Order: sequence, then structure tokens, then C-alpha cells
Amino acid sequence: MTKPTTSSGPLRLVGLTRHFDDFVAVAGIDLEVPAGSFFALLGPSGCGKTTTLRMVAGLEEPTAGRIYLGDEDITATRAYQRRVNTVFQSYALFPHLSVLDNVGFGLRQLKVADWKQRSMEALELVQLADRSRQRPRQLSGGMQQRVALARAIVNRPEVLLLDEPLGALDLKLRREMQIELKRIQQEVGITFIHVTHDQEEAMTMADTVAVMNAGHLEQVGEPAALYDRPATAYVASFLGQSNLLPLEGFSDPGGEFVTAHAHGNGLVVERAQLPKGMPLDGGFAEGAPSVHLGIRPEKLRILSPDEAPSANRLGGTVTDASFTGVATTYLVAMPWGQELTVTRPNDGSLRARPGDAVVLGWDPHQSFVVSEAL
Amino acid sequence: MAFAHPIGGVRPVRSSRRRGYFVPVLLLTPAMLWLTVFFVVPTISLASQSLQTGDIDNGYTLTWNFQTYADALARYWSHFLRSFGYAATATVGTLLLGYPLAWFIAHRSGKYKNALLVLVVAPFFTNFLIRTLAWQIILTDTGPVTGFFRATGLTSVLQAVGLTNNDTLLFSPFAVVSGLVYNFLPFMVLPLYASLERLDTRLLDAAGDLYANGWHTFWRVIWPLSLPGVVSGTLLTFIPAAGDYINSKLLGNTQTVMIGQVIDAQFLRVLDYPTAAALSFILMITIIILVGVYVRIAGTEELV
Repeated sequence: MTKPTTSSGPLRLVGLTRHFDDFVAVAGIDLEVPAGSFFALLGPSGCGKTTTLRMVAGLEEPTAGRIYLGDEDITATRAYQRRVNTVFQSYALFPHLSVLDNVGFGLRQLKVADWKQRSMEALELVQLADRSRQRPRQLSGGMQQRVALARAIVNRPEVLLLDEPLGALDLKLRREMQIELKRIQQEVGITFIHVTHDQEEAMTMADTVAVMNAGHLEQVGEPAALYDRPATAYVASFLGQSNLLPLEGFSDPGGEFVTAHAHGNGLVVERAQLPKGMPLDGGFAEGAPSVHLGIRPEKLRILSPDEAPSANRLGGTVTDASFTGVATTYLVAMPWGQELTVTRPNDGSLRARPGDAVVLGWDPHQSFVVSEAL
Repeated sequence: MAFAHPIGGVRPVRSSRRRGYFVPVLLLTPAMLWLTVFFVVPTISLASQSLQTGDIDNGYTLTWNFQTYADALARYWSHFLRSFGYAATATVGTLLLGYPLAWFIAHRSGKYKNALLVLVVAPFFTNFLIRTLAWQIILTDTGPVTGFFRATGLTSVLQAVGLTNNDTLLFSPFAVVSGLVYNFLPFMVLPLYASLERLDTRLLDAAGDLYANGWHTFWRVIWPLSLPGVVSGTLLTFIPAAGDYINSKLLGNTQTVMIGQVIDAQFLRVLDYPTAAALSFILMITIIILVGVYVRIAGTEELV
């Protein structure tokens, strides 16, 4: 484990599809995972992320599509022929073998002579060298998880697949393991593909996050990009909270900004945020996909009466204020009935009480536009 | 609360300790009584019988005559060897047939699992003797099984390895072993099924992921995890098969006599009780030693 492994190339999925009878688990995924990156596949349970992972591992056969590792097409190879290892959700440690024999299982299959020494090194990496003689069931959940990790990385695979590996751990241990996993990934330099339904976990750990929904990819990008510029309403609501204002149309005054129309209000939107081909000549056509303006709760401000008029202003009435310590979350009812969520830090700025009439404002660079059915 | 602790804390412990001693004894008593009356007493009586001299008409006296053992062994050692040989062959046969069957029922049968398990024990609904007699018809010289064996040349193979004497199947070592395999197959399949059914199939994914092909996955994961079932299945097959006398009697010939048949004859026809008792004892002790060695080698206590 002293020398980082250099991967032979990126992992590429081309039109990867998997059907179970009538059910489409994975509906044609195209994805490229750069070598050496920490990649997260994020989505709710049943979105097809684990099926995708199992196809990469070779444990599930794709209905259609190809899988490439570097230049090599590995679609037709069997699991045991792929230089890919998995950390299973259930750990799947062999109960009849010691921790050391569990970790050494793959190396012995590969007929590596110094399997014992390398396994001990892997156990040192996960800080379990002193447990090498014990059986898996004598270890705690967190330790078993680390054995499973050592058992996978000791083989220096090209790609390491992690199937919700932290799902069974409690919150504190989970945070520790997140940091640990990131450290190990940087140390060994293997491509990690981490499957999770926890958006916070995905954003904390990964360089790149792919959001999956109902068998297809919604959006792929860096965590901050996904959060600040979600491409779809699904991504916007899956990665944290957001307020989505239904828009009736755009008009184009020229320049950096365009005007969006929502319930009689003209709101300023960055031109660069608009999806391609968005009409800028007033209203949308009948039957066109709905378009929403999204603003994160923490990007909304409650304007004080003496503040300079903001480009974007919406008046409403506070219906609820909940104090959570570091912040206060308000619900503000708009004249058309929609309630917007506003999160303000408790930094001594203006506080509102239920029943107060307030004006909300935000920076036009901080909003986003999504177009599609919710 | 300060004084409540010792009173509330100590009393339940004492009473539960008394209960903890009483209940197991109560639960064990019926079985212990049963075993005492129907196992310990007969065993002592058998041991005593084997060391007595006399005859059935004038009665027996205990003379500590160990010569009976020496004579019995000298006359019947080949029957012992044959019995253990047949029993071992039959055990291997049931294992080879039973393992894939148990695996299929445990992991591949889906909704038919229970139906298949019922089918495994279904032969028990028929009498042991009738079932074994049926094998006389199955293996009859003019039957389809013999015909098939002749057509495929398997009869010559069996003859070459000494399991048959000519181109027929009935009344041969092969027929005896076949009968044993058939009659004891459920005793092998059920413990194997119990072991394999518990096996977490996700471990097979893990083995495949760790570069083990099907063969290596079997030998390094499935087989070791199924050893408890293999050990109990082989014991449940080997022990009764070694003492069996019905299969060799109904399906064998004078050259296939097993030790159970000898004991049966000594007790019920020759009426030489000391020899019969000595043979029973030798059989029992040999089996205990064999099983002890076997269990030690298999090392079941190491297993999950």
C-alpha cells in the first residue's frame, strides 16, 4: 500500500441498461468516471444505482449497453475476471475465515506470493492489524466495515465499488468513516465509486456526484455545481431544500439578465442560467414543460425597510418561525398561496415574527431555472 | 433508594439462581430416565452377556470370558471390514447425490421448496422392508435398469471394479450399496439442506468479486460453510449403514454378508448370545472410535 496504484484509464458506461422482466431498473446510462477520482452515485432506493454498480462489478448482466475499463470492453467478462472490487453493503465477510484470511482471499486467488504481508499492510491502513487473527463476528460493525474495505483495496483494483458501505453504521462512526475513506482514497489513488442515498455523504466525500432517478442519470457534476445550479427540479429537491416558483414566461431586455414573470412579478434572472432554447418572447406555449425559478432557503433574505431596493422583491406574510440554534427557518406565505422557506443565520440581523409582513430579496446570481414536470 | 438496592438487587438473583438450577434438571429428567431404562441398562446387560459362558438351555454365568471377543474377531473381522467398506461407499454415494440435491432445494427451487422437502422424506411413508424389496424388482436381470447398464457397458465397469460378479446387478455388492444409498439418502439431504439453506448467498457474490471462479467459490466458501451439515449427514448415514442387515440380506449374496446380518443370525438363529453380544460391542466401539477421529479431523467446533 506504499505506492499508489495508477489506473489504466477511465471507467465508461455506454447505454447501460438492465431490465428485470417488465421493470426497467437501469434505463440506458452513459457515464465516464475519470481514473483516480472519488465518484458518488446518488439516488433514492430503487433508482437503479446498486444495479448499475453490480453490473460494473460483473455480478449482474446488462440487458444492453457496454462497459469499458480504459480501452478494454469488459462487458462480457465474469466478475472474477475483472480488476474491480466491491465493498458490499452487508460487508459479506467470510464467517469461517479469520480477518487476515478474509483480506487475503483475493490475493490468494491471484496467486500473489506475499499475500500475507500485503494483507497485513492493508489491515494497518484500516488500523486493524491487531485483529488479524479474529473472526469477523468478533468485531464491531465499524471494524467489519473496515475489514471489508481492506479486503477490497488490498487487491489494488482499477476501480473500487462501495455499495452504501456506511449504511449500517451510526452517525458518529459514519462521519469518522467518511473522513477515513477519503483519506484512504487519496493514499491509494484507486477510482472509488460510492453508491449512496445520503446526499450529504455524497457531497462531503466525492469529487463528482451523479444523481440517479428512476433508472436514468439526472445530472453529473461537482457537488457545489449540483447544489447551486441543479439541472432539474428533481436534483434541486433531492440535494437539499429549495423554493420553486412557477414561471409564466420570460422577456428579454438585453444584457446579462432577462426578466422572468411569476404571478405578476418581474424577477431578474441571469441569462446564463436559462436552459437552452428557452423562448424569451413573453409567455410559454400551451403544453410546454413547466419552468420554475429556484432559490435555496439560505439565499433568501428578509429585507429591512431602510435597505436599498433589491432587484428581486417578493412581499409576503410570515406564517411560521422555527428557531434551530444556528439559524431560524421561516415560512413566508406569498399572495398566491405558496409558502417559501427562508433560512436566516442568527447573526443579529432582522428577526421576524409570525404575522409580520415582510419583503424577501435575493441576488439574481444565486437563483436557478429548471424546466420540466415536477 | 439507598437501601432499596441491596434488597431489590440480591433477592431476584438468588431466586433466579435456584430456578436456573431447578429448571434444567426438570427438563432433563424424562430423557435421562428414558435413556437409563432403555440404553444404559441394556448396554450393561449386553456387556455382561458378552462375558458370560453357558448355553441357552442351561443358562449363562458371568465368567469374564474375554476369549469370546478374540474368537468373534478372528472369525468375523472380514465382515466388519466389509460393513465399514460398504457403509463408507454408501456414505460417499449419498453425499455425491445429496449435495447437489440439497443445494438445489435450498437455493434454486423457489416456491417448490417445501414440496421438494416433502418428496425427500416421502419414502418414509412406505415400510423400510417394502422399499428395499422394491429394489429387487428395480435391479432385476430383465429390467430396464440392468438393460441400460448392459447397453452402456457399465456392467463391465462394475464387474472390473468388483462391485458385481457378472453382467447382472442384483445380489451383488453394487445392489447392497445402492440399497444403502437409497435408504439413507434423506438422512444426508436434510442436514445438508439445513446447512446450505443458512448460507448467505451474498458471500458467493463476494467470492466472485474476489477473483474466485465457480470451482474455487465452492471449495473455499460453500464447502467449508456446509461442513456442519456434511458431518452430521455423513454420521447419520454411516452409523446406521454400518450396522444395517436388511439391504445385504435382500439385495446381496453370501459374499456380501454384513456384520449386522451376522449379529442377527447369532442372536436369533444360532442362539450364541455371548458371541452376538461381543460382536455388537465391537461394532459399537469401533463406530465410536471412527466417529471420534472423523469429528476431530473435520473440526466442527471451529465452524460457525
